Amino acid sequence: MSASDVEAIRKQTRTYIGVFVTLMIMTILTVAVSYFHLPVAVAILIALIIASFKGSLVAAFFMHLSHERKVIYWLLLLTVVFFLALMFIPSLTQWNQRYVR
Amino acid sequence: MEIPYTVEARPDTGVPNAKLGIWLFLASEVMLFGALFSSYVLLRTGAAPGTWPHGRVFLNVPLATLNTIILIASSVTMVMSWASLKLNDFKKYRLYMGLTILAGFGFMIVKAFEYGHKFELGLFPKSNTFLAIYFTLTGLHGLHVLGGMIVNGYFVGPGAKLWRTQPERFTNRVEVAGLYWHFVDLVWIFLFPTLYLL
Repeated sequence: MSASDVEAIRKQTRTYIGVFVTLMIMTILTVAVSYFHLPVAVAILIALIIASFKGSLVAAFFMHLSHERKVIYWLLLLTVVFFLALMFIPSLTQWNQRYVR
Repeated sequence: MEIPYTVEARPDTGVPNAKLGIWLFLASEVMLFGALFSSYVLLRTGAAPGTWPHGRVFLNVPLATLNTIILIASSVTMVMSWASLKLNDFKKYRLYMGLTILAGFGFMIVKAFEYGHKFELGLFPKSNTFLAIYFTLTGLHGLHVLGGMIVNGYFVGPGAKLWRTQPERFTNRVEVAGLYWHFVDLVWIFLFPTLYLL
Protein backbone atom coordinates (compact mmCIF):
# COMPACT_ATOMS: atom_id res chain seq x y z
CA MET A 1 0.00 0.00 0.00
CA SER A 2 1.33 3.44 -0.88
CA ALA A 3 2.06 6.17 1.65
CA SER A 4 -0.89 8.24 0.41
CA ASP A 5 -3.24 5.28 0.98
CA VAL A 6 -1.98 4.93 4.54
CA GLU A 7 -2.54 8.64 5.11
CA ALA A 8 -6.08 8.34 3.66
CA ILE A 9 -6.94 5.48 6.06
CA ARG A 10 -5.53 7.42 9.02
CA LYS A 11 -7.68 10.38 8.03
CA GLN A 12 -10.71 8.06 7.82
CA THR A 13 -10.11 6.71 11.33
CA ARG A 14 -10.17 10.26 12.67
CA THR A 15 -13.52 10.73 10.89
CA TYR A 16 -14.84 7.55 12.55
CA ILE A 17 -14.10 9.01 15.99
CA GLY A 18 -15.91 12.22 15.02
CA VAL A 19 -18.92 10.20 13.84
CA PHE A 20 -18.87 8.21 17.09
CA VAL A 21 -18.99 11.38 19.20
CA THR A 22 -21.86 12.76 17.08
CA LEU A 23 -23.80 9.49 17.44
CA MET A 24 -23.36 9.58 21.22
CA ILE A 25 -24.62 13.17 21.42
CA MET A 26 -27.61 12.30 19.23
CA THR A 27 -28.43 9.27 21.43
CA ILE A 28 -28.45 11.42 24.56
CA LEU A 29 -30.51 14.05 22.74
CA THR A 30 -33.19 11.60 21.60
CA VAL A 31 -33.51 10.18 25.13
CA ALA A 32 -33.67 13.69 26.65
CA VAL A 33 -36.40 14.78 24.21
CA SER A 34 -38.49 11.75 25.16
CA TYR A 35 -38.76 13.09 28.73
CA PHE A 36 -40.30 16.40 27.56
CA HIS A 37 -43.72 14.71 27.13
CA LEU A 38 -44.34 16.33 23.76
CA PRO A 39 -47.52 15.57 21.78
CA VAL A 40 -47.19 12.10 20.22
CA ALA A 41 -47.04 13.33 16.61
CA VAL A 42 -44.25 15.82 17.41
CA ALA A 43 -42.36 13.23 19.48
CA ILE A 44 -42.53 10.68 16.63
CA LEU A 45 -41.36 13.28 14.12
CA ILE A 46 -38.36 14.34 16.24
CA ALA A 47 -37.40 10.75 17.12
CA LEU A 48 -37.54 9.74 13.45
CA ILE A 49 -35.50 12.74 12.32
CA ILE A 50 -32.78 11.99 14.89
CA ALA A 51 -32.79 8.25 14.10
CA SER A 52 -32.60 8.94 10.36
CA PHE A 53 -29.69 11.30 10.91
CA LYS A 54 -27.88 8.71 13.04
CA GLY A 55 -28.64 5.95 10.54
CA SER A 56 -27.32 8.08 7.67
CA LEU A 57 -24.07 8.66 9.55
CA VAL A 58 -23.62 4.92 10.11
CA ALA A 59 -24.42 4.14 6.47
CA ALA A 60 -22.33 6.95 4.98
CA PHE A 61 -19.18 6.49 7.05
CA PHE A 62 -19.05 3.06 8.72
CA MET A 63 -20.60 1.32 5.71
CA HIS A 64 -18.59 3.49 3.29
CA LEU A 65 -21.67 4.55 1.34
CA SER A 66 -20.27 8.06 0.96
CA HIS A 67 -17.96 6.64 -1.73
CA GLU A 68 -19.39 3.43 -3.14
CA ARG A 69 -19.84 2.03 -6.63
CA LYS A 70 -22.92 2.79 -8.74
CA VAL A 71 -24.22 -0.78 -8.62
CA ILE A 72 -24.64 -0.54 -4.82
CA TYR A 73 -26.52 2.78 -5.08
CA TRP A 74 -28.92 1.31 -7.66
CA LEU A 75 -29.47 -1.71 -5.49
CA LEU A 76 -30.22 0.49 -2.49
CA LEU A 77 -32.52 2.78 -4.47
CA LEU A 78 -34.60 -0.27 -5.40
CA THR A 79 -34.58 -1.37 -1.76
CA VAL A 80 -35.78 2.04 -0.60
CA VAL A 81 -38.69 1.95 -3.10
CA PHE A 82 -39.84 -1.43 -1.86
CA PHE A 83 -39.27 -0.44 1.78
CA LEU A 84 -41.46 2.66 1.35
CA ALA A 85 -44.14 0.50 -0.27
CA LEU A 86 -44.04 -1.69 2.84
CA MET A 87 -44.34 1.33 5.12
CA PHE A 88 -47.39 2.63 3.26
CA ILE A 89 -49.28 -0.66 3.44
CA PRO A 90 -50.77 0.15 6.88
CA SER A 91 -52.36 3.33 5.48
CA LEU A 92 -54.12 1.27 2.79
CA THR A 93 -56.06 -0.76 5.32
CA GLN A 94 -59.73 -0.03 5.72
CA TRP A 95 -60.03 2.56 8.42
CA ASN A 96 -63.65 1.69 9.14
CA GLN A 97 -62.52 -1.71 10.35
CA ARG A 98 -60.53 -0.22 13.19
CA TYR A 99 -61.54 -1.05 16.74
CA VAL A 100 -63.60 -4.02 15.62
CA ARG A 101 -63.26 -6.70 18.25
CA MET B 1 -11.50 -24.36 -7.63
CA GLU B 2 -10.58 -20.71 -7.40
CA ILE B 3 -13.42 -18.40 -6.35
CA PRO B 4 -13.44 -15.42 -8.73
CA TYR B 5 -13.40 -11.74 -7.79
CA THR B 6 -12.63 -12.05 -4.08
CA VAL B 7 -10.10 -9.23 -4.17
CA GLU B 8 -10.29 -7.47 -7.53
CA ALA B 9 -13.53 -5.86 -8.69
CA ARG B 10 -15.67 -7.67 -11.22
CA PRO B 11 -15.54 -5.57 -14.42
CA ASP B 12 -19.30 -5.33 -14.99
CA THR B 13 -20.32 -4.48 -11.40
CA GLY B 14 -17.20 -2.60 -10.33
CA VAL B 15 -17.13 -4.35 -6.92
CA PRO B 16 -15.78 -7.67 -5.64
CA ASN B 17 -18.49 -10.36 -5.61
CA ALA B 18 -18.71 -10.61 -1.83
CA LYS B 19 -19.55 -6.93 -1.54
CA LEU B 20 -22.44 -7.15 -4.00
CA GLY B 21 -23.51 -10.34 -2.23
CA ILE B 22 -23.65 -8.79 1.23
CA TRP B 23 -25.56 -5.75 -0.05
CA LEU B 24 -28.13 -8.00 -1.73
CA PHE B 25 -28.47 -9.87 1.55
CA LEU B 26 -28.83 -6.60 3.48
CA ALA B 27 -31.53 -5.52 1.00
CA SER B 28 -33.48 -8.66 1.91
CA GLU B 29 -32.88 -7.85 5.58
CA VAL B 30 -34.34 -4.37 5.06
CA MET B 31 -37.50 -6.05 3.77
CA LEU B 32 -37.60 -8.47 6.71
CA PHE B 33 -37.31 -5.77 9.36
CA GLY B 34 -39.36 -3.39 7.20
CA ALA B 35 -42.28 -5.83 7.23
CA LEU B 36 -42.14 -5.98 11.02
CA PHE B 37 -41.87 -2.19 11.35
CA SER B 38 -44.86 -1.94 9.05
CA SER B 39 -46.71 -4.39 11.31
CA TYR B 40 -45.81 -2.21 14.28
CA VAL B 41 -47.32 0.84 12.58
CA LEU B 42 -50.46 -1.12 11.71
CA LEU B 43 -50.85 -2.44 15.26
CA ARG B 44 -50.26 0.98 16.78
CA THR B 45 -52.58 2.93 14.48
CA GLY B 46 -55.17 0.18 14.73
CA ALA B 47 -55.23 0.20 18.53
CA ALA B 48 -58.17 1.89 20.23
CA PRO B 49 -57.32 5.56 21.01
CA GLY B 50 -55.31 6.00 24.19
CA THR B 51 -54.62 2.29 24.69
CA TRP B 52 -51.11 2.08 23.14
CA PRO B 53 -48.67 2.28 26.05
CA HIS B 54 -45.61 4.53 26.09
CA GLY B 55 -42.51 2.31 25.93
CA ARG B 56 -41.51 3.56 29.38
CA VAL B 57 -44.51 1.85 30.98
CA PHE B 58 -43.10 -1.62 30.30
CA LEU B 59 -39.48 -1.05 29.31
CA ASN B 60 -36.30 0.17 30.96
CA VAL B 61 -35.07 3.26 29.08
CA PRO B 62 -31.69 3.69 30.89
CA LEU B 63 -30.74 0.05 30.18
CA ALA B 64 -31.71 0.41 26.51
CA THR B 65 -29.74 3.66 26.31
CA LEU B 66 -26.73 1.79 27.67
CA ASN B 67 -27.26 -0.89 25.02
CA THR B 68 -27.48 1.75 22.30
CA ILE B 69 -24.15 3.18 23.43
CA ILE B 70 -22.60 -0.32 23.55
CA LEU B 71 -23.79 -1.18 20.04
CA ILE B 72 -22.68 2.12 18.50
CA ALA B 73 -19.28 1.75 20.18
CA SER B 74 -19.02 -1.77 18.76
CA SER B 75 -19.65 -0.38 15.28
CA VAL B 76 -16.71 1.97 15.76
CA THR B 77 -14.40 -0.83 16.96
CA MET B 78 -15.58 -2.96 14.00
CA VAL B 79 -14.68 -0.32 11.43
CA MET B 80 -11.39 0.31 13.28
CA SER B 81 -10.55 -3.40 13.04
CA TRP B 82 -10.97 -3.19 9.25
CA ALA B 83 -8.91 0.02 9.10
CA SER B 84 -6.17 -1.71 11.14
CA LEU B 85 -5.94 -4.46 8.52
CA LYS B 86 -5.73 -1.80 5.83
CA LEU B 87 -2.80 -0.34 7.78
CA ASN B 88 -1.24 -3.81 7.97
CA ASP B 89 -1.50 -3.90 11.77
CA PHE B 90 -2.83 -7.36 12.64
CA LYS B 91 -2.34 -6.95 16.39
CA LYS B 92 -4.58 -3.90 16.46
CA TYR B 93 -7.09 -5.74 14.28
CA ARG B 94 -7.31 -8.51 16.87
CA LEU B 95 -7.72 -5.97 19.66
CA TYR B 96 -10.52 -4.08 17.92
CA MET B 97 -12.27 -7.25 16.73
CA GLY B 98 -12.02 -8.66 20.26
CA LEU B 99 -13.59 -5.48 21.62
CA THR B 100 -16.38 -5.74 19.03
CA ILE B 101 -17.22 -9.27 20.16
CA LEU B 102 -17.01 -8.23 23.80
CA ALA B 103 -19.48 -5.40 23.10
CA GLY B 104 -21.76 -7.97 21.45
CA PHE B 105 -21.66 -10.02 24.64
CA GLY B 106 -22.36 -6.87 26.67
CA PHE B 107 -25.40 -6.09 24.54
CA MET B 108 -26.75 -9.63 24.87
CA ILE B 109 -26.22 -9.70 28.65
CA VAL B 110 -28.12 -6.43 29.09
CA LYS B 111 -30.87 -7.74 26.79
CA ALA B 112 -31.05 -11.04 28.72
CA PHE B 113 -31.34 -9.05 31.94
CA GLU B 114 -34.18 -6.99 30.45
CA TYR B 115 -36.00 -10.07 29.19
CA GLY B 116 -35.50 -11.87 32.50
CA HIS B 117 -36.96 -8.97 34.42
CA LYS B 118 -40.05 -8.92 32.17
CA PHE B 119 -40.57 -12.65 32.67
CA GLU B 120 -40.23 -12.25 36.46
CA LEU B 121 -43.02 -9.68 36.32
CA GLY B 122 -45.12 -12.12 34.30
CA LEU B 123 -44.83 -10.03 31.13
CA PHE B 124 -44.70 -12.25 28.05
CA PRO B 125 -45.31 -11.78 24.31
CA LYS B 126 -48.86 -13.02 24.90
CA SER B 127 -49.50 -10.37 27.59
CA ASN B 128 -50.44 -7.58 25.19
CA THR B 129 -49.96 -6.35 21.61
CA PHE B 130 -47.18 -3.95 22.54
CA LEU B 131 -45.14 -6.68 24.22
CA ALA B 132 -45.84 -9.06 21.35
CA ILE B 133 -44.28 -6.72 18.78
CA TYR B 134 -41.54 -5.71 21.27
CA PHE B 135 -40.40 -9.30 21.81
CA THR B 136 -40.68 -10.10 18.09
CA LEU B 137 -38.60 -7.12 16.96
CA THR B 138 -35.97 -7.24 19.71
CA GLY B 139 -35.81 -11.05 19.59
CA LEU B 140 -35.12 -11.04 15.86
CA HIS B 141 -32.59 -8.25 16.32
CA GLY B 142 -30.91 -10.15 19.17
CA LEU B 143 -30.57 -13.20 16.91
CA HIS B 144 -28.83 -10.96 14.38
CA VAL B 145 -26.41 -9.73 17.04
CA LEU B 146 -25.71 -13.36 17.97
CA GLY B 147 -25.12 -14.27 14.32
CA GLY B 148 -22.71 -11.35 13.91
CA MET B 149 -20.82 -12.41 17.02
CA ILE B 150 -20.36 -15.93 15.61
CA VAL B 151 -19.04 -14.55 12.31
CA ASN B 152 -16.74 -12.08 14.09
CA GLY B 153 -15.58 -14.85 16.41
CA TYR B 154 -14.64 -16.92 13.37
CA PHE B 155 -12.63 -14.06 11.89
CA VAL B 156 -10.69 -13.46 15.08
CA GLY B 157 -10.19 -17.23 15.57
CA PRO B 158 -9.70 -19.92 12.90
CA GLY B 159 -10.73 -17.63 10.02
CA ALA B 160 -7.81 -15.29 10.75
CA LYS B 161 -5.36 -17.80 9.25
CA LEU B 162 -6.23 -16.39 5.85
CA TRP B 163 -4.39 -13.17 6.78
CA ARG B 164 -1.05 -14.96 6.44
CA THR B 165 -1.69 -16.28 2.95
CA GLN B 166 -4.14 -13.80 1.39
CA PRO B 167 -4.22 -10.59 3.42
CA GLU B 168 -6.28 -8.60 0.91
CA ARG B 169 -8.92 -11.28 0.68
CA PHE B 170 -9.10 -11.47 4.47
CA THR B 171 -9.43 -7.68 4.72
CA ASN B 172 -12.36 -7.81 2.28
CA ARG B 173 -14.01 -10.53 4.36
CA VAL B 174 -13.73 -8.38 7.46
CA GLU B 175 -15.20 -5.43 5.56
CA VAL B 176 -18.17 -7.57 4.51
CA ALA B 177 -18.68 -8.82 8.08
CA GLY B 178 -18.49 -5.17 9.13
CA LEU B 179 -21.22 -4.13 6.68
CA TYR B 180 -23.51 -6.71 8.30
CA TRP B 181 -22.57 -5.58 11.81
CA HIS B 182 -23.22 -1.92 11.01
CA PHE B 183 -26.59 -2.87 9.56
CA VAL B 184 -27.51 -4.58 12.84
CA ASP B 185 -26.47 -1.37 14.62
CA LEU B 186 -28.57 0.66 12.17
CA VAL B 187 -31.66 -1.44 12.86
CA TRP B 188 -31.21 -0.87 16.59
CA ILE B 189 -30.90 2.90 16.03
CA PHE B 190 -34.50 2.77 14.75
CA LEU B 191 -35.77 0.10 17.15
CA PHE B 192 -34.63 1.99 20.23
CA PRO B 193 -36.73 5.17 19.83
CA THR B 194 -39.65 3.28 18.26
CA LEU B 195 -40.10 0.82 21.12
CA TYR B 196 -38.64 2.62 24.13
CA LEU B 197 -39.13 6.35 23.62
CA LEU B 198 -42.48 6.77 21.88
